[in-house]
Amino acid sequence: MTRRTGPSFGRQGRAAHVFLTPWLLGMFLITLAPLLASLYLSFTDYNLMSDPRWIGLDNFVRMGADPRFWNAVSVTFRYVLISVPIQLAFALLLALVLDKGVRGLALYRSAYYLPSLLGSSVAVAILWRTVFGDRGIVNAALGFFGIEATSWLQNPATALSTLIILNVWTFGSPMIIFLAGLRQIPQAYYEAAQVDGAGTWRRFRHITVPLLTPIVFFNLVLQIIGSFQAFSQAHIISGGRGGPVDSTLFYTLYLYQQGFRSFNMGYASALAWVLLLAIAVITAINFLVAKYWVYYGDE
Amino acid sequence: MATNETTVSVAGVRVRRRRQIAGRQVLRHVLLLAFALVLLYPLIWMVTSSLKPSTQILADPGLIIRDFTLDNFRIGWNALPRPFSVFFVNSFIVTIGSIVGNVVSCALAAYAFARLNFRGRKVYFGIMLVTIMLPFHVLIVPQYIIFSQLGLVNTFYPLVAPKFLATDAFFIFLMVQFLRTIPRELDRAAWVDGAGPFATFWYIILPLMTPALATCAIFTFIWTWNDFFSPLIYLTATPAFTVPVALNSLLDSETQSGIGYLFAMSLLSLVPIFIFFVVAQKYLIRGISTTGLK
Repeated sequence: MTRRTGPSFGRQGRAAHVFLTPWLLGMFLITLAPLLASLYLSFTDYNLMSDPRWIGLDNFVRMGADPRFWNAVSVTFRYVLISVPIQLAFALLLALVLDKGVRGLALYRSAYYLPSLLGSSVAVAILWRTVFGDRGIVNAALGFFGIEATSWLQNPATALSTLIILNVWTFGSPMIIFLAGLRQIPQAYYEAAQVDGAGTWRRFRHITVPLLTPIVFFNLVLQIIGSFQAFSQAHIISGGRGGPVDSTLFYTLYLYQQGFRSFNMGYASALAWVLLLAIAVITAINFLVAKYWVYYGDE
Repeated sequence: MATNETTVSVAGVRVRRRRQIAGRQVLRHVLLLAFALVLLYPLIWMVTSSLKPSTQILADPGLIIRDFTLDNFRIGWNALPRPFSVFFVNSFIVTIGSIVGNVVSCALAAYAFARLNFRGRKVYFGIMLVTIMLPFHVLIVPQYIIFSQLGLVNTFYPLVAPKFLATDAFFIFLMVQFLRTIPRELDRAAWVDGAGPFATFWYIILPLMTPALATCAIFTFIWTWNDFFSPLIYLTATPAFTVPVALNSLLDSETQSGIGYLFAMSLLSLVPIFIFFVVAQKYLIRGISTTGLK
């Protein structure tokens, strides 16, 4: 115990608490307390005006019989399950093409990444509304190919697809993560495989694919969690209503309507807790299933 | 003679092969460029459309400006009860406040987690990781109730104050990961020289952390500038609007003829992000590559 490795344990502990003070305050006041408060509120009827009234499981029972809730669940699931795989497929495909050593890589990378940067903004949602409007450029482009114009945003069958396309449009950020992942694969593996006579396809199938699965998984978890919480695009495109006929009523949009339009704070809290549990369960499933397809080196 | 012929034909194959590769390269560039154009076309269209009279925007999917005008910007700027300068100033206040808050509070916490020994470190760190995963919506109702009880609706406190308390825990994690790549010998040397934890943090760690701080600042900027959910909830009076909320309000009052100024103001709202994108691109790309931020 003669080697001095730094200030005493006690001194470090005291210093640590000073450094951690802002975080500890935030953790208790801004995160933990509201988390528990919203759990409590989810068992109450509360409209901000009068005191919360305990109603047990009524909010959750009501949810089960609420067609708008089920519709929001369905819309959100469709949005996530369709847009995330397509988005990641685009991201992977372009990362593979760009990784081949294209001249002007930085320029392409920036061009493809720009939509990710702007995609969550209100401005782009406004643009999207116009682009897919009755007389927008999408209909004009389709008309050029002789395809009849559609009311993308007025038709409940197509309104959600405009939001799915918007999410796919932001494939740039997972693409950059894929590119970084491809860079991590040692060139020596490919050379060794080539010496052993493996062709392009086999090298891709047996080196690139397995070594990239952790990155695919990472992107998948991240994009799923993010897409479940999408809000602004649906709010702007439907004018905050989630229409037409609730076809763009994202879960978070319904939560917002209940909590901050109708001031059903109890019901909104219950909705939020269901969202939390759903995300937790889906992430857990993701991790469980990962065992079967994600490659983590030789174990 | 025979050998000579072979060399010629080998050279021929080589030339043909090289041409093939060159051809494939050109084709790849054409496809990549065409794809980039399709992706960015709506944005380019928004730029040129904002410079046309409103009545010409919807009818014309092309990029040619026949009657150049700045009216959309002039009218849009004053289309709400307050001019957009107010909303831009508000957005900047909230954004800069959030950046300072995140950088300071997360750097402090990250240093403690990465470098100091104390009781409960593992537990705290675990809690911190869990809070990263927490969807924001599960906190917003009670947070709103607290801030409205405190009379802070229509102020920037609900948006900025939490950042000073390191509630964007993701950045703590990012900085901890970064600090792990810095050799501990550096702080040991400082300790041997008699520097305490505070001096070590201030003189040794903080300067070395600059790249991580930059990543944190850049992503805070982008997220805060684009943020819509929280400002929509907390800022209900026009003088307090940030730019996205103002755009939303402009949209509510939109008519067919309003599309021009809606576009003009939307475009202006993207300019700061675009400038940031151009200036800080290196950090941005590095940040996403290493952490998976958007």
